[in-house]
Amino acid sequence: MWIYEKKLQYPAWVEGGDLNIAKLLFAQYGGPDSELSAGIRYLTQRTTMPIPQAKAILTDIGTEELAHWEIIGTLIHKIIEKATPKQLEEAGIGPHYIQHGKDLYPHDAAGVPWTAAYIQALGDPITNLHEDMAAEQKARTTYEHLIQSTNDKGVIETLSFLRQREVVHFQRFGEALRLVQEYLDRKMYY
Amino acid sequence: MKISKDRLELLKEIMALDFSLIELNLYLDTHPEDEKALMVFKQYSCKSRELKEKYENQFGPLTASNGANREWKWIEDPWPWEIDYEMGGR
Ligand SMILES: [Fe+2]
Repeated sequence: MWIYEKKLQYPAWVEGGDLNIAKLLFAQYGGPDSELSAGIRYLTQRTTMPIPQAKAILTDIGTEELAHWEIIGTLIHKIIEKATPKQLEEAGIGPHYIQHGKDLYPHDAAGVPWTAAYIQALGDPITNLHEDMAAEQKARTTYEHLIQSTNDKGVIETLSFLRQREVVHFQRFGEALRLVQEYLDRKMYY
Repeated sequence: MKISKDRLELLKEIMALDFSLIELNLYLDTHPEDEKALMVFKQYSCKSRELKEKYENQFGPLTASNGANREWKWIEDPWPWEIDYEMGGR
């Protein structure tokens, strides 16, 4: 189960003025390597992990990703909150406004809705952990592209934090992969 | 939504502390035998509980299970996405 805490993991603040970044931030809200995909991917793969360390790391990183999803949502909300429909249109998110108003909706930067097809679950812990490590690198790259695309100091600071988390997650998944591999090797020989 | 300076400072302190706890939690998941990390985790988790109690007494619940005081404070604004965190991250 999960318990909601009335706080963010990181104080998402926005300087303001760069409405254009809102459309692009949707890449991490509902794109293939978004925080949503990450959370669902890891929480989906938990049940076939053979060792305690791997069950724990998928549970805990999966949970952290949902907190990151909330941070991205908060950034977008803060950026579009006071914009007029005309300004939203000029910033390229007119179509989003027409269909969703100022609600957040899980689609990517181009408006393509989120789909479970973005994630994989093969029932093989080695295969799944490789997928997870690749996903972390793809998310890191996406954050770098986003950071390059705005001058908003608040957005950059928050995205830099999230980028750094992908690096740490990659590291932890790598360790889990090694532990699972060692476990499977032992099982084979003894 | 603006909140008082005291409240924002304490909230950010809790956020930073809880983040360190998550970081240590993930590390301990793959290094459960690291006693030094476990010690730090225990210290931070103590401090976090202390600060949360202080925050909740002054400003309202962080979780619904602590939502009942004399009145049901849980529903009170602001929610995390509404708070003006001001510049400077933490
Ligand atoms: Fe991640």
